Amino acid sequence: MRAGDTTKMLKMIVCIKQVPMVSELPWDPKTGVLTRDAAEGMMNPACKSALEAALRLKEEHNGQITAITMGPPMAMEVLHEALAMGADRCLMLSDPKMAGADTQVTSFTLARAIEIFCSDYDLILCGCHTSDSETAQVGPQIAEELDIPSAAYVENLSVKGKTIRIERIADHFLETLEMDLPGLVTVTTGHFTPRYIPIGGLQDAFGEPNILTVGAHDLSLDENTIGLKGSPTKILEVFSSTAGKKNVVLTGAPKKIVEELFKRFDDTIGSVIRKDLKAVK
Amino acid sequence: MERKKRSIWVFGDYRNYFQNRVTLQLISRANDLAKIIGAEVCVTVFGHDTDEWVGEYIAHGAMKVYVCDHPDLKFYSNDVYITLMERLVRRYEPEILLVGATTFGREFAPRLAKRLKTGLTADCIGLDINEDGILIQTAPAFGGNLLTKIVTPERRPQMATVRPGTFQEIPHNYHATGEIVPVPLPEDLPKDRIRLISSERQPSREQKLEDAAVVVCGGRGMGSRKKFKNLYELARVLGGEVGATRPVVYSKWAEDETLVGQADKHIKPKVLFSFGISGAIQHTAGIKDAGFIIAVNKNPNAVMMKMADVAIVADAGQVCTALIRELKKRIRS
Repeated sequence: MRAGDTTKMLKMIVCIKQVPMVSELPWDPKTGVLTRDAAEGMMNPACKSALEAALRLKEEHNGQITAITMGPPMAMEVLHEALAMGADRCLMLSDPKMAGADTQVTSFTLARAIEIFCSDYDLILCGCHTSDSETAQVGPQIAEELDIPSAAYVENLSVKGKTIRIERIADHFLETLEMDLPGLVTVTTGHFTPRYIPIGGLQDAFGEPNILTVGAHDLSLDENTIGLKGSPTKILEVFSSTAGKKNVVLTGAPKKIVEELFKRFDDTIGSVIRKDLKAVK
Repeated sequence: MERKKRSIWVFGDYRNYFQNRVTLQLISRANDLAKIIGAEVCVTVFGHDTDEWVGEYIAHGAMKVYVCDHPDLKFYSNDVYITLMERLVRRYEPEILLVGATTFGREFAPRLAKRLKTGLTADCIGLDINEDGILIQTAPAFGGNLLTKIVTPERRPQMATVRPGTFQEIPHNYHATGEIVPVPLPEDLPKDRIRLISSERQPSREQKLEDAAVVVCGGRGMGSRKKFKNLYELARVLGGEVGATRPVVYSKWAEDETLVGQADKHIKPKVLFSFGISGAIQHTAGIKDAGFIIAVNKNPNAVMMKMADVAIVADAGQVCTALIRELKKRIRS
């Protein structure tokens, strides 16, 4: 293959999301939407594995990687990280009008951006799942929006010509699939442990970062079709799931603690292990 | 035009039937909801030689079953099933559509919701109807630390996925009768863009940890590989299984198969012992369906300790040893 011949390159898009690093977060009680700018962010682990999968394909196939994210301005950090790891260019979708989008609208917005700025792709990679909202829906919905095939929860993959071979565990079966390209995969963290950032990568990331930032206007999107406004689902309420727990705190010497534990909860534990745990008289 | 009878639909997911009774569980919950809004409970079955499943669904509470039975539908296919379902939904306009959160369902439901341009809530742990007749969907977020109540106020159907084990199935009644509506296979179905090359059942021992009633999970707070081994003794005495966090598996204190977490094993024990685990979100996402949680940690402010029913502020290794001793004393009696 001739160097610089982009027609034969494997062109990949990796969709990544910045997620909060902490688990206890402030949220807006009115809208139920999390105030993401209040917490420190990181690249979602499964998205990082998707990027790693793309980097391995790039090494093998003379590929090109475009990383895309959608989020508040601080989400730019994950694009810098993606560049440092080896992505070639980035697209940042950021606009207050896009905030509060559910999966239906998030996938719609990302798909429009892909059509406008990088429609010439072979493969789209996403993380199988994010650590904040955990829906696992955006990947398959981007594929549906673009009318391309998709495979979720991919453990391993290899590209040959215009097809991709996929291994995944689906409902207790180990499946091997072959999918036509262009297509979309969502990747688990199982096989693709992300690489450490190479020193040279940092320079690429912060020297003159190849990041294009676009808003709703650049995508010609009506504000009624995006963000919270355009989302078919509405959040009524967000509450802590641990509220109902009694949260009994026991302190002291281990032996005393264990005696206390059985004194109070011998029936709870005993009924599950089907043993009588009452103290020996 | 005749007004359509309101209906609640369940996608009949029968693959791996014996491990996975999620369809029956959804039919049960759909019956509860149907009583409130005066709807009928319908199930769709796509496949080949499906009589057995159709019978089971009726016996477990389905009032009507739409059956598309054809040799071409022998294997599950997203492209084909989504098109079939889309057409049925457009024709019969159900109020609510429930899908099991199996690997297949997790891909099928989002694409279907997208095509129908409606909302979808993932992994609901609660489904209720409010005073306006709208489906209230309760779903976990942030590793189960938060719960959200979500509605789809305008678009229809209101769609939700639900994990296996969330609801209880109705006991079977083989005298129950239901209407079977045959659906002819359309001639213009899309060509499948994915080909199944091979499919092998995973060894069944893989399931042990996920299905265990008691799990003893350990983190780096156990202190050393040697002390971590004590957790296996505790699990043996309790008749349970051992789980581990990612740092523990990376340190080779435990086998890869024990890894519990967001992208790894999801466990749902009735009793969970958590030793020396701080509660990073990647871990807590894997234990959000646990029942009674007993956490041991030197740090009383660890997330895991806040999630626990009983939070023991002490050295994890010492408490483990004390527990084994006390249990042996009590169980012997």
